[in-house]
Amino acid sequence: MTKIADFHAYPDAHGRFGDYGGIYVAETLMEPLAELTEAYNRLRNDPAFIAELDRDLKYYVGRPSPIYHAERLSKHVGGAKILLKREDLNHTGAHKINNTVGQALVARHMGKTRIIAETGAGQHGVASATVAARMGLKCVVYMGAVDIERQKINVYRMKLLGAEVVPVTSGSKTLKDALNEAMRDWVTNVTDTFYIIGTVAGPHPYPQMVRDFNAIVGREAREQMLEQYGRLPDAITACVGGGSNAIGLFHAFLNDRDVRIVGAEAAGDGIETGRHAASLAAGKPGVLHGNRTYVLSDENGQIVETHSISAGLDYPGVGPEHAFLKDAGRAEYVGVTDDEALEAFHLLARTEGILAALESSHAIAQAMKLARELPADALVLANLSGRGDKDVHTIAAREGIEL
Amino acid sequence: MTRFERRFAALKSAGRTGLIPFVTAGDPSPEAVVPMLHALVAGGADAIELGVPFSDPMADGPVIQHASERAIARGVGLKQILGWVKTFRETDADTPIVLMGYLNPVEMYGYERFAADAVAAGVDGVLLVDCPIEESHVLAPLRAAGLDQILLASPTTAPARMERLCGAASGFLYYVSMAGITGSDQLSTDDIAARVASIRAMSRAPVAVGFGVRNAESAVAIAAFADAVVIGSALVDRLAGATSVKDAAERASGFLAPIRAALDARPA
Repeated sequence: MTKIADFHAYPDAHGRFGDYGGIYVAETLMEPLAELTEAYNRLRNDPAFIAELDRDLKYYVGRPSPIYHAERLSKHVGGAKILLKREDLNHTGAHKINNTVGQALVARHMGKTRIIAETGAGQHGVASATVAARMGLKCVVYMGAVDIERQKINVYRMKLLGAEVVPVTSGSKTLKDALNEAMRDWVTNVTDTFYIIGTVAGPHPYPQMVRDFNAIVGREAREQMLEQYGRLPDAITACVGGGSNAIGLFHAFLNDRDVRIVGAEAAGDGIETGRHAASLAAGKPGVLHGNRTYVLSDENGQIVETHSISAGLDYPGVGPEHAFLKDAGRAEYVGVTDDEALEAFHLLARTEGILAALESSHAIAQAMKLARELPADALVLANLSGRGDKDVHTIAAREGIEL
Repeated sequence: MTRFERRFAALKSAGRTGLIPFVTAGDPSPEAVVPMLHALVAGGADAIELGVPFSDPMADGPVIQHASERAIARGVGLKQILGWVKTFRETDADTPIVLMGYLNPVEMYGYERFAADAVAAGVDGVLLVDCPIEESHVLAPLRAAGLDQILLASPTTAPARMERLCGAASGFLYYVSMAGITGSDQLSTDDIAARVASIRAMSRAPVAVGFGVRNAESAVAIAAFADAVVIGSALVDRLAGATSVKDAAERASGFLAPIRAALDARPA
């Protein structure tokens, strides 16, 4: 294991996080990606752009989001204090808006008039449709046909916001196939189109750019912890599908070596059943969607179909920075099953009056596990990355309730 | 001399334009692959791109994607494909074969092991769509084993980068004539003719042009300025409905023969 001096020094100029990341795309995308990298590098250091972004985050998204002490949940679990970073309180109900607000500004500065996005649970699609509506940009969202079926409310929200939702019927008809289709659209319409990728995957500069826009979560949380508790948390946790909310929370804490970092992947029916989406816990290094990272693939190198009750975690790859953090030993990645996530969902609802997204319920479940392990004076911070309204139908169906 | 060098030298001295068809390995059926390869040669192929199916073919259009999905459903993988090339080589020692696909299947096979097995089977090169020159350090074992790494160039490739690609080209340089996915139908011959001329002047290897070539007419238009013409989606589409191995082979040669004839009838 290599010793990393400064975790904030990544990626390098080629978009590499150690062995992971990079730019694994067809030749036609090399120049558009180079243009995007150039524009982003210019803008991210531009005080006027930063001020513009800060204004949007404050007045449109509603930042900062609070850190809330889930007192009754903590008491019920027994052990450490469970604290929640309330990204569910953002405009549109999830952390995804942090990134889309940022990328939409980049798109406008690059003179693009059309936004495309891929979406799994629909949260990123809604967040993209939202910023496109606000800026008067045309918006097309690619979504797997299976996900469209299980996330009907978000599909309708996107349409209300003026976006066109294109069903993707190839492959497993989920997030990964939506990403393939969006990438094809981008290759074909690159002159006027900006592709807002919703997670910290894809080719460079996306893993870096999406992380940077979500890193506000961890920067705020770190300050809030010092202000409210006079110290940093003992452990932080977040759910990991592609990994954008997780890297958003983790990044500010990476060089605080005493803070334990745990990512909760979707273990679905259980990792041992093969029906899961735990790329880091059960996959191996490979190449998917433009970057080198941990992937779930079979002996022929085909990407396998994944399973999770949560559409947003149902992805066979993971952001390359997480792969890097795993290999460097800086973060642990563990599986949380569908059942554990559902149990956490119900417990949080009844003890705190908060309906968490199924994705975020994985983080709550993991926070509960950590709280049980740690002493009563320890602090466990979980990213409550989104609210659960969109999942009400899925949960009802799973529990045999007709609405 | 490699098979590619011999083949392109022969084409040049005969004043002919190369014809390089693409077929997906395992579609319309695994049994049809070897007979189809021979039929393509009989129909006038100078080299063949054999597609290695991948579950997430980001750069391909629906035709090739669906062919890949069908092949994957039949369990087709690199191991079988290398076996088919080996069988093909028993009766064809001259036609260069390129395996075209994506990086992950090769990565999972293992680069060293793949290099050895591919050379032993008689593969001449690889074209890995999602492995641009910046990342191709991972392919060092393949190059060391004597496999050509076929590089792609496109209308969006910047001049400095084009020089680098031309300098590194081996086997042939594959110029993607449009900024889209495979099987797209826009093709503006005038736009690309000048580009290809300058690339040919720079490139270490012959330049093949593809993406959007559908029939004899579009092939002849490209032959005016390219060393070779690549034809993929239209052929894969034609093969998709084949009802037997014999039918697949006949469709393959039947599709290619008129294109070959039109290319050869072109005034030099």
